Amino acid sequence: MSLLLLIEQVLNGLQFGIMLFLMAAGLTLIFGVMGLINLAHGSLYMVGAFCAAAVAAATGSFLLGLVAALAGAAIAGALVELVVIRRLYDKDHLDQVLATFALILIFSEGTRWIFGSFPLFLNVPEFLSGPVTLPGGIEYPLYRLTLIVVGLLVALGLWLLISRTRLGVQIRAGENDREMIAALGIDIAKLYTIVFALGAALAGLAGALVGAIQSVQVGMGEPVLILAFVVIVIGGIGSIKGALVGAILVGLTDTLGGIFLPELLKLVLDPSTATSVGSSLASMAIYILMAAVLILRPAGLFGARA
Amino acid sequence: MIRESYLNAATLALLVAIPVWAMSADEPFTITLMTRAVVFAIAAVGLNIALGLGGLVSLGHAVFFGLGGYAMGILAHHAQTYTAVTEWPFLIEGTKSMPVIWLVAVVLSSLAALVIGILSLRTAGVYFIMITLAFGQMFFFFAISWAEYGGEDGLSIYVRNGFPGLNTLDPIQFYGLCLALLCLVLAFAWRLGGSPFGLALNAARQVPVRVETVGLDPVRLKLVAFVVSGAITGLAGALFADLNRFVSPTMFSWQTSGEIMIFIIIGGVGRLFGPVVGALVFVALEHWLGGLSDFWHIYLGLLLLVIVLFGRGGLIGMICGREKVHD
Amino acid sequence: MTDAVLQTKGITKSFGALRASRDISIDLKPGEIHAIIGPNGAGKSTLIGQICGTLKPDAGSVHLLGQDVTQEPTRSRARAGLGRTFQISALAMEDTVLQNAVLGALGAAGKPWRFFGNALKDKALRETAEEALERVGLQDQARMRTAELSHGQRRQLEVAVALTLKPKALVMDEPMAGMGSEGSKILTGFLDKLRQEAPILLVEHDMDAVFSLADRISVLVYGEVIATGTVDEIRANTAVKEAYLGDEA
Repeated sequence: MSLLLLIEQVLNGLQFGIMLFLMAAGLTLIFGVMGLINLAHGSLYMVGAFCAAAVAAATGSFLLGLVAALAGAAIAGALVELVVIRRLYDKDHLDQVLATFALILIFSEGTRWIFGSFPLFLNVPEFLSGPVTLPGGIEYPLYRLTLIVVGLLVALGLWLLISRTRLGVQIRAGENDREMIAALGIDIAKLYTIVFALGAALAGLAGALVGAIQSVQVGMGEPVLILAFVVIVIGGIGSIKGALVGAILVGLTDTLGGIFLPELLKLVLDPSTATSVGSSLASMAIYILMAAVLILRPAGLFGARA
Repeated sequence: MIRESYLNAATLALLVAIPVWAMSADEPFTITLMTRAVVFAIAAVGLNIALGLGGLVSLGHAVFFGLGGYAMGILAHHAQTYTAVTEWPFLIEGTKSMPVIWLVAVVLSSLAALVIGILSLRTAGVYFIMITLAFGQMFFFFAISWAEYGGEDGLSIYVRNGFPGLNTLDPIQFYGLCLALLCLVLAFAWRLGGSPFGLALNAARQVPVRVETVGLDPVRLKLVAFVVSGAITGLAGALFADLNRFVSPTMFSWQTSGEIMIFIIIGGVGRLFGPVVGALVFVALEHWLGGLSDFWHIYLGLLLLVIVLFGRGGLIGMICGREKVHD
Repeated sequence: MTDAVLQTKGITKSFGALRASRDISIDLKPGEIHAIIGPNGAGKSTLIGQICGTLKPDAGSVHLLGQDVTQEPTRSRARAGLGRTFQISALAMEDTVLQNAVLGALGAAGKPWRFFGNALKDKALRETAEEALERVGLQDQARMRTAELSHGQRRQLEVAVALTLKPKALVMDEPMAGMGSEGSKILTGFLDKLRQEAPILLVEHDMDAVFSLADRISVLVYGEVIATGTVDEIRANTAVKEAYLGDEA
């Protein structure tokens, strides 16, 4: 097991984690401000990926595809908020779960109807393809490295947005005290639509970016959604910082566990058993991490409320 | 408004009449569909104890459904290959006997519910939803990676398991067995609702602080409800596997959890027959709409949206009005 | 001097910079009604929370029947004999009045783990529940849904549920709030007799009720007890007049 492999896998885990962060940040923001649990967030991820793939295929431009993903997911998010979601804010969690589950069904089947059941392909653009040589002589795909950088930039932007802008003030007010928002003369309905569209755009961006290294297909969003939930449980609900730390922890645990657990078990078991047991254990690693956090800190690493 | 007890009786009558008609009209497929509905109903009666009585929005009941399924799959697989499940620490052999399989399914799913319940009840509200969903996914991926039992492809069982005195290969006999179990489970849920435990659980859902103030532990009440709930859904899983003579990781998927919940919502949350009515309607929709359009989930999604946004109390709520006061 | 049934020793609680309880030592003796009064924001709810176990004090201890219960959860204190009524009714609104009372009886019996048998047909539970309802005058409403009760009747039910526990001490958080004058009068008469059965720590805004009922009064201002004494002593206390009663008069 070489150091090179370790670094490469750490980068892979980081890249995976950063993409999870884009999902988790939107979810946790929407929950923090509106108190809504949104299962359809994975659908917006899928919408972003499909918009990107369709526009990139039509225009030949990956960047236009990204713009389409952001716009498409944001518009879909705003529409869904206006038509369905805003009727759910004062309902209980069960109703929110069911209505957003219904949205998953509608989005998934609708997408299958329009694009068919076969996966679409979104290619990594020419200028980002191929490996790049990192200090120390490590060869790493440029595109994946770009994802890490873009994700971190988005995280920075989100932090600036929330801590430095007028919208950020309103968002923080919404998280702490709903009555205060009204007292400040803020249009709550508009704020909610904007926050939801923002969350949707982040999910759409993640979908498009990941779509270029995996296939773009119906149902791609939900596994990521569930991982984002694990991230939120670990990080603490409503906390962007928690989402970032939780996402990176989950990304690293999953990637490194998949590679190193079978290797570790080979020290004590015969190779074939080690591989099968190791990969089974690795598939459970992040959930075991979640269970451990629940035992030690039920409100999550950065959560204020239980 | 029709009285709820009349509607319940009518539902039971349909559960007997449709298969009897199907048998005389030689429509075995209808019997299979009805069996599917009855098994789904058992799973949902289980979830309804956690959801309707305990207020626990579990999106992880596929765990128990799947465990029940795999209990059947693994035991029957070893029986049909004449191998032992394990020889260490003591010999466990496979079996083709339904009662034994059911027992194993119930015990396994209770244990899983206990562990998941202890962990997820450390929190409440949306955390609970996310955590149960996540544990469901854990079992899903575990089943996929468990190559010994078919991995992604699942396990096929060639001959349906046996029940003493019955020919389970005969659709109507297997249906009768499932229906009998549904009735047992319904009777249990009904008695549970009025029992001291049910009363306390009902209050723990509405005002945990009150339950605490009279000296009871609301979290423990909910935990026990979750375990009982999981056990019943596990039993349904074993039956479902026997109905299809097949188990696969799909039984563990989040869609399965969602569907079990949908049965309850269509019928009516917390209503004794809500899961039964919901499962019947779901299977009917799946069959008819599925035959009309490949994209029938769109219509299911729209129906669900309408029920959530406009029709609280599901179909039973629409037909019978609000729940009557128990006496 | 008789031993206190309920006692706090120097309990202190802060929320951030706000010191909601400062070194509070009060006690409740057999057969008495001890009223806690104070302006809004004086820390009455925080004090009750610590006595009943929903809040943990930063320092100090809570004693029930001579036992230190500071680390015990609410339910253990309830089982040890601490009854409580809430300022905002905490009742199972979807259930009937009788079901709420039976819940109390169930808690008192400590046996919720029976999955069969109808709770409402259990003779012992039902008798306890009906007796408590009768004592507060709700016997005719037993089959009504709790949500359909008037505000005053819900308060009566709160008291009835507390009575099913056969409490050794009662903590009542503004039982008169929102009641009409007629209802207040009836409840006042009832509490007057109840004190012999279980002493009452009474947090109340209705000064007529407090002055007619209380054996002792403690005045809480900014998280601190500034005076404890009989009705006459408190009426005469200048510090109290300045800090509290003076504002109202």
